[in-house]
Amino acid sequence: MTTTTTTPSIATSKGMRSRERRRRLIMGGIFLAAALFIWFVFVANITPGAQTTFLMAPGGSSNETADWVFSTGITLNVIAGILALLGVFQVVRGFGKITNSILAVVAILFIFGFLTWATSGGQTNLAGLLRVMVVRAVPLTLGALSGILCERSGVVNIGIEGMMLTAAFVSTVFASLSHNLWIGMLSGILAGGLMGLIHAVLSIKYKINQIISGTVINIFATGITSYLSSKFLQKTSYQFLNEPGMFPQVEIPLLSKIPFIGPILFHHNIYVYAMIILVLFLSFMLFKTRWGLRVRAVGEHPKAADTLGINVFKTRYMAVILGGMMAGFAGTYFTLGSSGRFDEVLTAGRGFIGLAAMIFGNYNPIGSMGAGLLFGFFDSLSVKASLLQVPLPSEFLGMVPYLATIIVLAGVVGKGHIPAADGEPYEKE
Amino acid sequence: MSPEKPQESKKNGLAIFWEEFSRSNFLVIFLAIFTGIILGGVLVAVTTPEVYDAFKVSFFAGIGKAFMTAVNTYGALLTGAIGNPEKIQAAFASGDPLLIRRAINPFFESLVQTTPYIFAGLSVALGFRVGLFNIGAEGQIYIGALTGVWAGYAIPGLPPIIHIPVAMLCGALGGAMWGFVPGLLKAKTGAHEVITTIMMNYIAFRFSDWLLKGPMADPTEVTPKTPWILESAQLPQLFANPIRFHIGFFIALLMAFLVYLLLFKTTWGMELRMVGSNTNAAQYAGINVTSRTVIAMVLAGGLAGMAGANEVLGVNHRLIPAFSSGYGFDSIALALLGKSHPLGVVLSALLFGFLRNGARSMQLTVGVPIDIVSILQALILAFIAAPAIIRTIYRLKTPKHTEDIVSLRSWKG
Repeated sequence: MTTTTTTPSIATSKGMRSRERRRRLIMGGIFLAAALFIWFVFVANITPGAQTTFLMAPGGSSNETADWVFSTGITLNVIAGILALLGVFQVVRGFGKITNSILAVVAILFIFGFLTWATSGGQTNLAGLLRVMVVRAVPLTLGALSGILCERSGVVNIGIEGMMLTAAFVSTVFASLSHNLWIGMLSGILAGGLMGLIHAVLSIKYKINQIISGTVINIFATGITSYLSSKFLQKTSYQFLNEPGMFPQVEIPLLSKIPFIGPILFHHNIYVYAMIILVLFLSFMLFKTRWGLRVRAVGEHPKAADTLGINVFKTRYMAVILGGMMAGFAGTYFTLGSSGRFDEVLTAGRGFIGLAAMIFGNYNPIGSMGAGLLFGFFDSLSVKASLLQVPLPSEFLGMVPYLATIIVLAGVVGKGHIPAADGEPYEKE
Repeated sequence: MSPEKPQESKKNGLAIFWEEFSRSNFLVIFLAIFTGIILGGVLVAVTTPEVYDAFKVSFFAGIGKAFMTAVNTYGALLTGAIGNPEKIQAAFASGDPLLIRRAINPFFESLVQTTPYIFAGLSVALGFRVGLFNIGAEGQIYIGALTGVWAGYAIPGLPPIIHIPVAMLCGALGGAMWGFVPGLLKAKTGAHEVITTIMMNYIAFRFSDWLLKGPMADPTEVTPKTPWILESAQLPQLFANPIRFHIGFFIALLMAFLVYLLLFKTTWGMELRMVGSNTNAAQYAGINVTSRTVIAMVLAGGLAGMAGANEVLGVNHRLIPAFSSGYGFDSIALALLGKSHPLGVVLSALLFGFLRNGARSMQLTVGVPIDIVSILQALILAFIAAPAIIRTIYRLKTPKHTEDIVSLRSWKG
């Protein structure tokens, strides 16, 4: 809610201080709660002397790494102890600027503790779990990057899902017809860019509500791809249109031989490497170049940017089209990088989780990849939930990304930075 | 529309009427639907291989074939939606009640499809009126169906006169609960309801998957399904089989009337609309924006929840996974088409319901996939949301007062 009150600056800073104090206490409370949860739920529910076994090489990997066996109880107590110490420090002194990083550490430790507990008395393939996590993070992170490009320039994009779907379809057809995966990928990227252009025209030129424009794109993309798919791609007589093939796995020399980490990070198809490169590239472009400064200026204060001679419309058009191309690239992952064929609505809501990853990652490429990896982990875990020693419905693991995003939005762990002019059409005077 | 001023009186009445009409919203709505249908027809024609074969013969043969393909498709859609006149005539001539019921069934089946659209459309429209974008209708429908079906099978020994309202109310409460969370977050923390309702949708899907597999599963079934609801909770059907038309349609109309009364005939409704049109002014006028936001989302959720309850109590009589298939998402387009007015919502729900039902039999008879309906809806939505496109195509005059169909609060809340 916008309250336009003219409070004296002293009162404001006092208010900010009390808010910061509140946040400090809440965070400390979260850390302590995590510690207590481990003690009272995990430690209380293990058989004494139980061992946890993590397999350190993914199934089918040539990389021989010894299993990691350790005592469940001791590990859990150590983790809970660390969390409690961090919590106490946070309550008493506060970590200040690095609080968010500490929160990430707490989250990772807690998840590790959970895995240790859930594996107690059995074994879990940790390397396999993390490998799948990286793979699952790809469409989420790329989707988030698409959102970042658009929203940093001030255009809300909830049409990522539809853009992905269109690109997935187009790339399948073109790759099948040309028997060339690269042509398929390129056509998918262009299709995504075209959807971005439509979004841009509707929301920048015609100034229609950007959420409605995104909804149009989602409904239209779902409709047209399902229509064409059930009319052609799913029919046996048109199977030649639905055989795009898939990008092979590329092993990075030397790096893939590193025990444990090698198979997790350096034995994938090009999409995983592309994700990492694009995240770094976009961070650099957004925060270190003139172009990035302009995009952000247009997203924060278009009028000021205009006054300084930046073409607001052109900048937004470009950002949204690039965002569409990014979503298009993410869409080609589903067909050319993952399933090797197109099926109706195969994106299955990943575009929306990408949107969530963008928010969770605070509109920052690297943060979004972190969020993508976190959500990918739960995705990966929910597949393997039945293999764990504890009964945990995979549906609840699947809820984690959405719950986490709501919690972030609610500002429990501190307000993120939303571009100030996000969602507002610009009127030139 | 304000009446024309005297200096225009030199023009004759018809010209004045036309000028007024071409500036009005109704023409744009009509042309948006019309253009959407034309483009849909073009799409059907260009994706039919036989059309290309005809073009190989001659250009005019191709055009003729394309035209006939589109006409046949929409013909099949129309007879699928309202019934085949010849069959109806023959059935009435034969006098066999079963034949008659079969012949007029498509029309009533369309009304059955319309019913959840009315509830869900009202939900989204109510949100728009208060400046809230409820993308969460789909999730609220799921939760409403879950709570509704639970009340339907788990509370034995009630007479229908009590059981039906109780079950509907349970559905409304479930949906309301799902709307309450985004409403509260919006009001208290400014978390944007678009994102929170999207997230709530997915939480609802996962949650209902879990419930259908576990706590609410019918133990006698292999696939995840709930038990059948008790007969006392079924919404009564007005005709014998195969017509599934039930009183839910009239409940939906009643709700539309109630929403109309609430929004336009009560102080409360005026306050709600004031929050939607100008939050700051509303706050200045002493309206509690926080509570109105929460109330609006609760009401919107409740209406969507009733859509879910209506489906399980009136049509399916049990809950199966993925039962809603997009009513909630379609209703966004629907509410905008209806200009967020209850009467408009009812009319566009009828359009969507007839389209949906017609398309289903069209898919069977002429093999055009049902997804053509989504394409039509997206096109219509785009044209309604950007009337400038329609006004440019048809060279219409721009209205004197550009009126926003939705005045949403800023992204940051």
